[in-house]
Amino acid sequence: MRSATTPMPGRHLVLRVGGVSVRASRRTVLWVWLLVLLVAVTAVIAVGLGKYHVAPMDVLSVLAGSNTSFDRVVVLQWRLPRMLMALLVGGALGLSGAIFQAVTGNALGSPEIVGVNFGAYTGALAVLATAGGGYYAVAGGAMIGGLVTAAVVYALSYRHGVAGYRLIVVGIAVGAVLNSVNQWIVIKLDHHTAVTAAVWQQGTLSGLTWLQVVPMTVCVALLISALVLLGPQLPVLQLGDDAAGALGLRPDRARAAYLVVGVGLVAAACAAAGPITFVALAAPQLARRLTGSPGVALVPAAVMGAVLLLVSDVIAQQLFRDNELPVGVVTVSLGGCYLIYLLVTQARKR
Amino acid sequence: MTDSRLGTEHLSLGYGDAAIVADLTVAVPDGRITVIVGPNACGKSTLLRGLARLLRPATGRVVLDGTDIASLHTKEVARRLGLLPQTSIAPEGITVADLVARGRFPHQKLLRQWSNDDEAAVAEAMRLTGVGDLAGRLVDELSGGQRQRVWVAMVLAQQTPLLLLDEPTTYLDIAHQVELLDLFAMLNRSHGHTVVCVLHDLNHASRYADELVVMKAGRIVGQGDPRTVVTAELIEEVYGLRCQIIDDPQTGTPLIVPRASPHLTAGR
Amino acid sequence: MIGLVVATALLAALCVASLAIGTQQLSLSTVWRAVTAYDHVAGVGGDQWIVRDLRVPRTVLAVVVGVALGLSGTLIQGVGRNPLADTEVLGINAGAALFIVTAIALLGLHGIWTYIWFGFAGALFAMLLVYLVGMSGRAAVTPVRVLLAGVAIGAVMDGLGFAVRLRHPRAFDNMRFWDAGALDGRPLEVALAISPFIGVGALLCLLVSRSLNVTAVGDDLATSLGGNVVRTQVLSLAAVTLLAGAATAGAGPIGFVGLMVPHAVRRVTGPDWRWILAYAVVVAPAVLLAADIIGRVVIAPSELPAGIVTAFVGAPVLIWLIRRRGADRT
Repeated sequence: MRSATTPMPGRHLVLRVGGVSVRASRRTVLWVWLLVLLVAVTAVIAVGLGKYHVAPMDVLSVLAGSNTSFDRVVVLQWRLPRMLMALLVGGALGLSGAIFQAVTGNALGSPEIVGVNFGAYTGALAVLATAGGGYYAVAGGAMIGGLVTAAVVYALSYRHGVAGYRLIVVGIAVGAVLNSVNQWIVIKLDHHTAVTAAVWQQGTLSGLTWLQVVPMTVCVALLISALVLLGPQLPVLQLGDDAAGALGLRPDRARAAYLVVGVGLVAAACAAAGPITFVALAAPQLARRLTGSPGVALVPAAVMGAVLLLVSDVIAQQLFRDNELPVGVVTVSLGGCYLIYLLVTQARKR
Repeated sequence: MTDSRLGTEHLSLGYGDAAIVADLTVAVPDGRITVIVGPNACGKSTLLRGLARLLRPATGRVVLDGTDIASLHTKEVARRLGLLPQTSIAPEGITVADLVARGRFPHQKLLRQWSNDDEAAVAEAMRLTGVGDLAGRLVDELSGGQRQRVWVAMVLAQQTPLLLLDEPTTYLDIAHQVELLDLFAMLNRSHGHTVVCVLHDLNHASRYADELVVMKAGRIVGQGDPRTVVTAELIEEVYGLRCQIIDDPQTGTPLIVPRASPHLTAGR
Repeated sequence: MIGLVVATALLAALCVASLAIGTQQLSLSTVWRAVTAYDHVAGVGGDQWIVRDLRVPRTVLAVVVGVALGLSGTLIQGVGRNPLADTEVLGINAGAALFIVTAIALLGLHGIWTYIWFGFAGALFAMLLVYLVGMSGRAAVTPVRVLLAGVAIGAVMDGLGFAVRLRHPRAFDNMRFWDAGALDGRPLEVALAISPFIGVGALLCLLVSRSLNVTAVGDDLATSLGGNVVRTQVLSLAAVTLLAGAATAGAGPIGFVGLMVPHAVRRVTGPDWRWILAYAVVVAPAVLLAADIIGRVVIAPSELPAGIVTAFVGAPVLIWLIRRRGADRT
């Protein structure tokens, strides 16, 4: 093959085996691997931190199977599940955020916009108010609350299809109603339950074990498979409805399919760890700037989400040694920083 | 009588209750350049979008290769028919080569995302539109003329025998307008593409069209060779403009010269 | 003009209703006597006490806060050329709430003046952020973009506020009720304290009102028509800060009043912002009073805070608005 037919030699990696071929930007692949490496390193260190300190080398030896001391209990039973959950939830949020930003066509779009977080809180509050607690009960309530809310928002914004801007506004409105409902329930709860609810609402990863990791992994795996099956439709969708339609996509159907997956991911994340804010908003854009990928890309967003949440969780646990913060508090503060970062870049564009 | 792969039968299109295109039957001649013209809100863009199956017919149907276009799989249509829409969004940070590459979507499969054919098609599309040396540049940084050529390249990468273009020359200065229209003429003459174009400039339309379709209020009021269709009477009837028709000194096609108003000629 | 008279009469009627309706339904004659010839002998807990010490302050507060919310919402929609905004949705109420909570919980301050000054600071801070994130830079400024910026900033403010509350459980308990936006349980001093600021804010609105019609056509065109765009924006910013800060300080974050009222009023007045503002002054407190009264009645003997009622009514209005706009992308 003549090199003259290659549009941009060296810019992309192309893999062709038999009839299968895939292509990715070299820079994106590089940065994704770097982020994965960062995740791995942070994970090893994170697992070692805490009242009982485990050195990184010891952590690695536990994972390799050669260390059978008490380290093993600490790493494998106490800390590893939480760390994996942070990765799963963070990744799910990053993916969800990427989907919502692509579908709404707006860099500030996020799953929080469609009121899923509020709805999840309503579901959780309903469970707390009636049944008093229990991880799976609350998680189930949150899941249902989130999914129902998303369905309602979608139905209300449907008018010969769902336009990005309408989804946003309806989501805000529905979110406001649910927020009021939540405020009302919180007023009615006794003090102790109210505080429990408030902590859950911030989003927390504390106390999570392997029992919670497994169902989350299954959920996320299923949703990711759905994403893979949807194929390369997302980049085309971002060209605008007319261009996408011209290229053979049905924009409304594609949007609906992606939204279902996006909502599923954020509902799962809410159920597992409470509504954690800002990871979904910030991860896709930060990933885009870092990897240089055009528009919104799924894999970088997922990895970045995992990084963000893992780092946030480490901060949440270690900042006030004796008093662990809910991870959502850290993400909200980081979210504020992200917004300031947005300001700076906007100002520079002038 | 030329063949026609694309056409409509008693097509009506509209948003809601208002019919913008009413009971329209037209056949697009193969291997020719067809230009649709008409005053604002006559339905020319609506017709084009209907032809491209972006709009669902209220009544009637659009026919592609003998079948109702609505019954064909949308990706299959995208392999035969390419559309350059009026408004498209270039994702932030996208390079020229990446954008053109997205035109290969109708040919891609889940596992076969970048075959040799894809690469060759993109390269060829960029060569034809002359954007090859812009390949690594960001689309955001290009001028209006360059950006429009990149979008054309994306449509060409689809490798479709039929090309639909919705007002491709708006917002371009005259040099770039002519440059773009010459490109379409070349694609038609040298590569045999069937081109259907909506233009707002009547003189450009007369120059480049093999078949001119004049629309008013959702109906066709004139169709055929520009030399026969474009008359002072028709222009006055459709546009309300009093004019004089002369022959274009370069091409011999009709050139519309509006009658000078008294304000213009007074005091000169 | 006639509409304004009708609206004022409606407001007056609602004021009276507010004095009479509640967990305990009182007769109009009781209300009249409580206001005109107060009987000290009957003492605390009596019907007249309910009217004078509970409901009068509540009604006055509702009117004052209603005026503030109506004006600030109208101003935001006028200056921002954004039909989808009000101080709640743009996170301005959340900003005021955050600063107030921080002052109470972390700085140990208390009292209505804490609420007021920190409320202003918070409202101003949030508004500046929304402006900077949502309305500057190269990307097109659409109402939805500003809305999203407001929601994001509101979420940060809310989240930080929540974090502060969690660290201070006593503050958390106190603020649970305030968060919902409630008009009850506040002495008359509160309404009287915030009134001057709302008065100044209203005055600023008056100054800006004519310019609003001019700037509505777009910055460039407005300047060429002789309008001073920057002056209008700065004055409006000051007005909204005063109004939203004072309202939130007085009654907690109440949303949607500022959103609904301009739209409802515009159907009667047309697009003249001077008239819209004038009507808003009367219609908004009427709406808030109505919401408060509904809140007293709907789940009696318990009460629903006014802020919750306005959300329940306002959100469907917002949804209806956006569905109506159809193909219009803004």
